[in-house]
Amino acid sequence: MGQTPSVSTTILGADEVILNMGPQHPSTHGVLRVKLKLDGEKVISSECIIGYLHRGVEKIGETRTYAQFAPYVDRTDYVAAVSNGLGYCEAVEKLLGAEAPPRARWVRTILTELQRIASHLLWLGTHALDIGAMTPVFYCFREREEILKIFEKYCGARLTTHAFRIGGLLYETYDGFEEDVKKFCHDFLSRVDEYEELLTENRIWIQRTRGVGILTADDAIAMGASGPVLRGSGVKWDIRRAFPYAAYDQFEFDIPVGENGDTYDRYLVRMQEMRQSHRIVLQAIDSIPSGPIAARIGKVLKPPPGEVYHSIEAPKGELGYYIVSDGSTQPYRLRIRPPSFVNLQVLDQMIRGLLIADVVAVIGTLDIVLGEVDR
Amino acid sequence: MADEQQKKPEQKPAPTPAGEQKAAPPKPPARPVPPKPEPLDNELIRRLRARFSEAIGEATLDRKQAIVVVQPSRFLDVCDYLRTEEKFDFLTDLTAVDWYGREKRFDLILNLYSFSHNQRLRLKVPLGEDTHCPSVTGLWGTANWLERECFDMFGIVFDGHPDLRRILLPDGWKGHPLRKDYDILQQDVAWVKENLGIESGQ
Amino acid sequence: MTTLLEILDQPLVLALIRVLIVFTALSLIVAYLVYAERKILAHIQVRLGPMRVGPHGLLQPIADGLKLLLKEDIIPEGADRAVFWLAPAITVLASFTAFSLIPFADNFYVTDVNVGLLFVIAISSLGVLGIILGGWASNSHYPLLGALRSTAQLVSYEVALSFALISAILLAGTLSMNGIVKAQLQQGVWFAFMQPVAFFILFVAAIAETNRNPFDLPEAESELVAGFHTEYSGFRFSLFFLAEYAAMVLVSSIAVTLFLGGWLRPFPNVEWLGFLRFAPVVVFGAAGTWCFLRFFRFPTGREWFWQRLMLFALGAGAAAAALGLLYPPVLVASQGAFWFLAKVFLFLYAFIWFRGTFPRYRFDQLMRLGWHFMIPLAIVNVIFCGVGLVLSWELGWNRSLSLLLASGATLLVAAWLARERS
Repeated sequence: MGQTPSVSTTILGADEVILNMGPQHPSTHGVLRVKLKLDGEKVISSECIIGYLHRGVEKIGETRTYAQFAPYVDRTDYVAAVSNGLGYCEAVEKLLGAEAPPRARWVRTILTELQRIASHLLWLGTHALDIGAMTPVFYCFREREEILKIFEKYCGARLTTHAFRIGGLLYETYDGFEEDVKKFCHDFLSRVDEYEELLTENRIWIQRTRGVGILTADDAIAMGASGPVLRGSGVKWDIRRAFPYAAYDQFEFDIPVGENGDTYDRYLVRMQEMRQSHRIVLQAIDSIPSGPIAARIGKVLKPPPGEVYHSIEAPKGELGYYIVSDGSTQPYRLRIRPPSFVNLQVLDQMIRGLLIADVVAVIGTLDIVLGEVDR
Repeated sequence: MADEQQKKPEQKPAPTPAGEQKAAPPKPPARPVPPKPEPLDNELIRRLRARFSEAIGEATLDRKQAIVVVQPSRFLDVCDYLRTEEKFDFLTDLTAVDWYGREKRFDLILNLYSFSHNQRLRLKVPLGEDTHCPSVTGLWGTANWLERECFDMFGIVFDGHPDLRRILLPDGWKGHPLRKDYDILQQDVAWVKENLGIESGQ
Repeated sequence: MTTLLEILDQPLVLALIRVLIVFTALSLIVAYLVYAERKILAHIQVRLGPMRVGPHGLLQPIADGLKLLLKEDIIPEGADRAVFWLAPAITVLASFTAFSLIPFADNFYVTDVNVGLLFVIAISSLGVLGIILGGWASNSHYPLLGALRSTAQLVSYEVALSFALISAILLAGTLSMNGIVKAQLQQGVWFAFMQPVAFFILFVAAIAETNRNPFDLPEAESELVAGFHTEYSGFRFSLFFLAEYAAMVLVSSIAVTLFLGGWLRPFPNVEWLGFLRFAPVVVFGAAGTWCFLRFFRFPTGREWFWQRLMLFALGAGAAAAALGLLYPPVLVASQGAFWFLAKVFLFLYAFIWFRGTFPRYRFDQLMRLGWHFMIPLAIVNVIFCGVGLVLSWELGWNRSLSLLLASGATLLVAAWLARERS
């Protein structure tokens, strides 16, 4: 299971064609290259070739101080920079033995959930575009824009935000933050209904996604899939519940799960997750405690020797940071456990025997970001 | 005043460092200290020791996280036991740390998770530079790419891996970048020259 | 003077002039169809679309055309040069030639032959030959896959399309395109109402034939990059592009001619609806008014001068056209072309609308829909239509009633097919 076949050594039969999908291809979401062995349009086997965007982020981490490295994590999963920042900051805080004050945790939760919505919106738009529906992407960007505006007002950046600092926050929320978030929330659910109206009951959409790229729960666990990919297969597991971080233990939300583990279920799961994120944001925005926004941790961060693994439920799945400290100002080893990288591994298993059109759908449903796969 | 500054947080000197802003309540001690790593001795560890006696090394609890050192000789058996008997069915992460200068240079790190116990366990396997490590791909499919990445970055060879090739770096690359003796500015100049036709990638 | 008239009276010369008019008008329509598509899609997708070149981007098609002409023309290495060159030419030729048979108005068509419909179908199917050759000659995987998809798609849907046309021929009793329109005038009803199922089949098959969403698999961007024209650039690419949109206009024209009464105005036999003949005046008047309104609300200033001027000119032109149309002979002469084009645009709008709405079928699903649903339904429809006609001829049943019954029976079959086969 999950063994990557070595295409190059196989002697091709008369009817088999090797098709290089990517690294320049409209729907490989970046620089993913998939080498497909085809029989007509049917996929016999595939091989992912990655690394085109490898920047050695983990190596860079060993040569920067803890605070200096924080902006780098934004550039791994660059469509969910806030989530990355949260994971990293909390990991270092754990390493330091510090904890962010409540107000900071609340604001972090709100921004991270907004980021999840933004990331899912981007996924929905591109996924629909891959399957040939070109309109949802524009609707999704309309809502995503509102979220990015909130980020921009909060910390000055839209994409690679560097919104949080180790120990808490650097910036107080701006005047009107609550109103902006509430205004967004007020419209958002009807907008999600609008997307669902376009797709959920659409016969073509159902035909294109139901039964495509099936991943059973056992396979998903064995292959280390996490996030919506795991939940789409029916495993009710969410790190926000399993190991609550930030302020997630304070809020009520459901963990949507699928049944069949196909593309349609993963679609439904992500749509539901957007609604749940909206629910969390609404609860959090009304109950932000007052108080300091950062813990006192000192200017120079020198965590005592030791190691820590901390993971969060990023939009794509389990995003973990494993940091080893040798007592100096720089991490001795900094490992990022990328959800996209691990989730991408199931691609080969999912697309065997399907058609080229399904390959595109399955790549879309895995919701990978190559910046994170390659790091 | 403060509000005005916060509206343009991108201006460098504008935002006041958060600690000083709401300085009213008395502060906790300036530098929190994490609990010291302590020896770990729970049911699981005892069972492991009973079964694999000398193969199980030191067990510690560092920042409330369980870490067990496993000798490479019975590493695969321990993993098999943990997966089937103890229900650690989810391999979250597999990576390595290079303790350059230590006799056994690498630590292979496995992050296990058990859905049924909602529990994490970290395995550490000390490996010498030339020691091969048995592959766990047969137990967790996840390990396939993660071991390839480990091989790519550290040069750790996994015996029994179905397809041990580089994954992030190009196939012909020389060197393993995450080793401590590989400088951050270092690169395979010959490869760059040959394949990219430029003098240096820096 | 007499000599000039004599020359003009030569059938060949007359035909040539008409060819010239049709060709020019068609090129313009196609260019502005692209513009309309971009604008309509943009408004469906909450954005503005082209706004830069000319007022509301009205000169965009011209700028695009120039750009495509001036672009570097690349022939990939290993391509079959001759075939690579020939392919777009064949496609364009096929889709433009077929227009010679389309009656745009009562007395305005390049030619009207008694096997007109047969000829149109034959010629328009040739277009796919260019696509296949182009995909093959590119010597690349994606175009080849696109071309193969296109072939399979055409073969599957051409059958259903042809059967749908047969039921119109059964009703009209002639293959001549103008004859079919006149038959609809005589019988006082558009064939779309007599044969709704055939009309529906024709409509769906037409979308598939022209590779439009949701059947745009031969050029599915997210799967095959650009399908059969991946390797094409510059002028050759623009030829493919032109042919594709011309084909859209063509199938719309065929559908309008056969099922929506061609150049007839709605309810051509109802006297009191005669005021409808003033519709062209209203349309041009409204266009002119809108231009003038925009003109007054347009930003002033030097950089907007040319755009304002153009808007004014457009408004003035439309107003002049509206006034000119009030002159009775002109009004009468304009009727056919106006109603024909209006109906064609209705169709084209639907094409664009679908593109903004539907996801894309997968290849096997497309095939299944074609072979398991469309073709059987089309065959059954022809049979029932024939039965209905025989009932009315032999037993003297009311013609409309028997045809309606036939359609009802076909719908039952359709429901059964949909349940069994999907």
